[in-house]
Amino acid sequence: MTSLAELSTNPDDLIRKDRVRTPLYTDPAIFDAEMTKIFRNTWVWVAHVSEIANNGDFKMAQVGLEPVIVVRDRKGKVHVHLNRCRHRGATLCEVRKGKTSSLVCPYHGWGYSLDGKLRGVPYENGYDETTLDRNELSLKSLRVEEYNGLIFATFRDDIEPLADFLGPAKKWIDLFMKQGGGFPVKVLGEHKFRFPGNWKIQLENTTDAYHFPLVHKSFLTAVDKETEQQLDMLNNGGFVEDLGNGHSVMVMIPELIDLDDNLEAPIPEKFADLAKELVAEGYSDTEVRRIVRAAGGSGFNINLFPNLACSMAFFRVLQPVSVNETEIRHIAIGMDGGPAAANRARIRLHEFFQGPMGFGSPDDAEVWDRVQHGAQGGDEMWIMLNRGFPKEENLPDGRARSDVSAETGMRAAYDQWKRMMTV
Amino acid sequence: MTIPATTSLPVTLAEAMEFAWTEADLLDHAIYDEWLAQWTADALYIVPIEPGTTDFENSLNYAYDDHGMRKKRVERLLNGQSISASPVALTVRSLSRFRLLQADEASCELRCAQIVTEYRRGRERTYTGDVTYRLVRGPTGLQIARKVVWLINSTEALGGIGYIL
Repeated sequence: MTSLAELSTNPDDLIRKDRVRTPLYTDPAIFDAEMTKIFRNTWVWVAHVSEIANNGDFKMAQVGLEPVIVVRDRKGKVHVHLNRCRHRGATLCEVRKGKTSSLVCPYHGWGYSLDGKLRGVPYENGYDETTLDRNELSLKSLRVEEYNGLIFATFRDDIEPLADFLGPAKKWIDLFMKQGGGFPVKVLGEHKFRFPGNWKIQLENTTDAYHFPLVHKSFLTAVDKETEQQLDMLNNGGFVEDLGNGHSVMVMIPELIDLDDNLEAPIPEKFADLAKELVAEGYSDTEVRRIVRAAGGSGFNINLFPNLACSMAFFRVLQPVSVNETEIRHIAIGMDGGPAAANRARIRLHEFFQGPMGFGSPDDAEVWDRVQHGAQGGDEMWIMLNRGFPKEENLPDGRARSDVSAETGMRAAYDQWKRMMTV
Repeated sequence: MTIPATTSLPVTLAEAMEFAWTEADLLDHAIYDEWLAQWTADALYIVPIEPGTTDFENSLNYAYDDHGMRKKRVERLLNGQSISASPVALTVRSLSRFRLLQADEASCELRCAQIVTEYRRGRERTYTGDVTYRLVRGPTGLQIARKVVWLINSTEALGGIGYIL
């Protein structure tokens, strides 16, 4: 019996509230089903508005395994089109990002306007109106909605609006965006790396504080004392909360939940030089305090099912590649129109921890790799997600909350996974 | 015209090549004290992302290391706390196709090709790129004032690189 069959006949053999079995990481049939049942049936994050700030700006993205183009048309409306010509199916675009006035297929020259309409067909007299109806041959466009700068797309016209899907996560997204320090949040660049493991291994990691002191010991050794204390996540009184629909939040540094609070607090030593630079540039005391407080990022991670994390000071996007390969993007963000010194500080912090050469990410990649390797053995054994389960408290609306090292976020994600996979 | 005895000759290709090969050898054989001493105090080691970047300071890079960061990177490779560097990857780098882009008595710009093969936990990976060095003459010989590693696949997804490129 295959694992996918177990999932459809008796899902509890494969996934329970507090544990899952390894075929979830290793079974290609489950992976194929996920691409259809999950990624084709929910809101998937594709871009931040600053990446396509101006009319004509575009970027390549994916919804599941399907290539899409995210583009802002001449009137400023954002579209997400399948990156596939309606003639023979070639990709229209293989440039990661840029600016354009139309989308033209390199194979036979079919041209589309940015809103997806078929505009030009070379040597059109080879067709007549019975064989070529332009109105029928627009690009396949996905439904697009935005929340606080985050652009999501879906293949489904009949699922709930994005705002409803995000639900209680919206409050946390709003708090997260305060790290613009009074300026709009802007993408400053990205690190991309791959690891030989299933995408859900990364999904689990975003709200897993339990691993931090161990896996990131070498990073904690390299930072200053003040930062080390701040990142003593398991002893700071944080918590993890199920936000519904598979989303969760993990608060590691409770005093950095709302960056507009405590502006009078002393400026951390590591930002003393930045503060001096901002004063010299003429920013007022309040502005300096606000920018400096925002520069280090927020004290929490939000996991938005299935593919986006808003993690302390950056976006983390996971892109499934195959059952045992996943691509991760760490997108650095900063202050649009804000002081260059503050953005430099954020970039340097990003380089320090994130990406293929950071002091943190390679260690994450190593343990994820080991989870996948270990999962090659002991198919019948369970992967435990029960940490903090008995002590979970229920919030008034029924959502669970537990201590910061609890696996509440993973249970939230797998709840949603099970709901979507067993229909 | 007589040349004053104190004036040295412009840095030669042979000198610069020998220096770069020594650096590669020090990294591949984990002789990090000598490697750290190869750099001037204010030197930068940079691995950019976007091809053609010139303003590294205001751009996101993979690495943008001053002396303090280079030291931390070395400590990370040696202290056994990093699971991705325990054991550290074995590397062999091959430097070739050297060209002096500029040279005078005090400094030079050297460009070359670099292929690094990494081996760790049964996997072999290769990173290929151009390296540009700015080398300056110090009291004891050449030193690195700036080294930039331009990976040919820098805008693609890389693997975890738990060592110095």
